[in-house]
Amino acid sequence: MVNDVVVSVLLISGALLSLAAAVGLVRFPDLLSRMHAATKPQVLGLLLLLLALAVEFESWVLVPLLVLCWVFQLLTSPVSAHMVGRAGYRTRHLRRDLLTLDELDDVVARAAVDHGPGAHRQRNGGHAGQEADGVP
Amino acid sequence: MIVAYVAGGILSLAATLALYRAVRGPSILDRVLALDVVLAIIGAALVLNMIVNRHLDNLILLVTVSVIGFIGSVTVARFVTDRK
Repeated sequence: MVNDVVVSVLLISGALLSLAAAVGLVRFPDLLSRMHAATKPQVLGLLLLLLALAVEFESWVLVPLLVLCWVFQLLTSPVSAHMVGRAGYRTRHLRRDLLTLDELDDVVARAAVDHGPGAHRQRNGGHAGQEADGVP
Repeated sequence: MIVAYVAGGILSLAATLALYRAVRGPSILDRVLALDVVLAIIGAALVLNMIVNRHLDNLILLVTVSVIGFIGSVTVARFVTDRK
């Protein structure tokens, strides 16, 4: 009886996380905020549903399998989210006016200063030109 | 078990909304993201099926679905280019 209640609560909350992600996908304005919504059911929703499965079957033999499933999802989902976010930043699929802070902007500007002329010089002169650069 | 029907209804609604975003999505990255959510919903439906019918056959499918989502989104994100 108690088990049924626990399983029901876990199932409904896991399904509601999926619904929240889908509503966020439809309503949010740009790629990064949609990514924020979309990564919820992949980890937390799966955790809730696998917990429901474990409570329903009441066997400890099942737990390592479920942990394996969940850890695998936990390892792969941040990597793919990182790749998608990186590609979105590079191809400017984001709305700058919605950002409160862009920490990557400084890094990109510094890299452009450091490597932009350096790459050009390397094409012309090689190492000697780079070392002589420090001396005025 | 009325909870199964409720959870199934919620998952269907969520899948419909995510597919709407996958069709409408302005860029290919939005579509990949929406299809990732669809795969997560499919995984949730597999778990729901296991709970309702009391079997464990879908666990390997669950791992397969997450592998497919990972490979798909990484591949598309790797090869997306700036068309401006």
